[in-house]
Amino acid sequence: MTEKAFSEHQEYFPWKQILGFCLSIILTVLALLVTFFMSYSRETTIVVIVALASFQLLVQLIMFMHLNELEKSFQIAVVSYGATVAIIVVAGTIWIMESGM
Amino acid sequence: MKSINDYPANIPPEYEEEEGQIKIFGFWIFLAAELVLFSCLFATYLVYLDRTASGPTGTEIFEYPGVIIQTFLLLTSSFTSSIGIFELRRKNKLRVLIWMGITLLLGISFLGMEIKEFATYIEEGVSISTSAFWSSFYILVGTHGAHVTFGIIWMSIVLIHFIRKGINPTTSRKLFVASLYWHFLDAVWIFVITGVYLIGGGINL
Repeated sequence: MTEKAFSEHQEYFPWKQILGFCLSIILTVLALLVTFFMSYSRETTIVVIVALASFQLLVQLIMFMHLNELEKSFQIAVVSYGATVAIIVVAGTIWIMESGM
Repeated sequence: MKSINDYPANIPPEYEEEEGQIKIFGFWIFLAAELVLFSCLFATYLVYLDRTASGPTGTEIFEYPGVIIQTFLLLTSSFTSSIGIFELRRKNKLRVLIWMGITLLLGISFLGMEIKEFATYIEEGVSISTSAFWSSFYILVGTHGAHVTFGIIWMSIVLIHFIRKGINPTTSRKLFVASLYWHFLDAVWIFVITGVYLIGGGINL
């Protein structure tokens, strides 16, 4: 872990960041393609682009924000908790407001 | 849990002091709270998707080319600030300044485009008081824009501090935290383009 955690410290080239950038560009372009050029149903499109966005959030957290470096299990716990509450708020609100319609 | 002090070598400058580690962890707690704040605004927007009071819908008004350019500006700025932190860890002051400067420029262009976008929408007759849909749109995207504005001011101040004091545990920690904030804003924007512009309009095109 010691060597691995900060290996980028001695690296000459920011591979991790460039991989993250390429991934985020690809994921964004995919989301745009799926929305504007594919004729999936509304539900399928929503599921696909929300999945792409969530994957991109993970890319940001891991490649750019170094969430998982060090053995900082606490910050992963805090972010996971925040994300859980966020999902409950959004999904719960939509569920409640749609179910009465 | 192992403390960072158990690691013998190669500690990035922002983690060098115990205070820095605690402050960075504290900032993660703040980001988690911000996540919840934005989720409330998203929930409001998504519930009001069809509540346009017979007025204009998102599909009719949204300017997609501008929004897509904004997205790539912010994505690139997130990348350049991560390179800035990479150079910070290699203790290369000049390159940190160059990459963070590019980040700031991209951020300012993003903000300029967003202000222009809002001005166009208001000219076309949709304001915050048009309908529930447009109220929640302006509040959500406006809150993100306010965060970007604050991020630009904050990062400029941190950079001035950095220019004057050089690379030390304090300036490194401040720069690292500001860049965490910047990445977070980019992550939120990903959900803004997905939730607001694509689900709230583009999907119907």
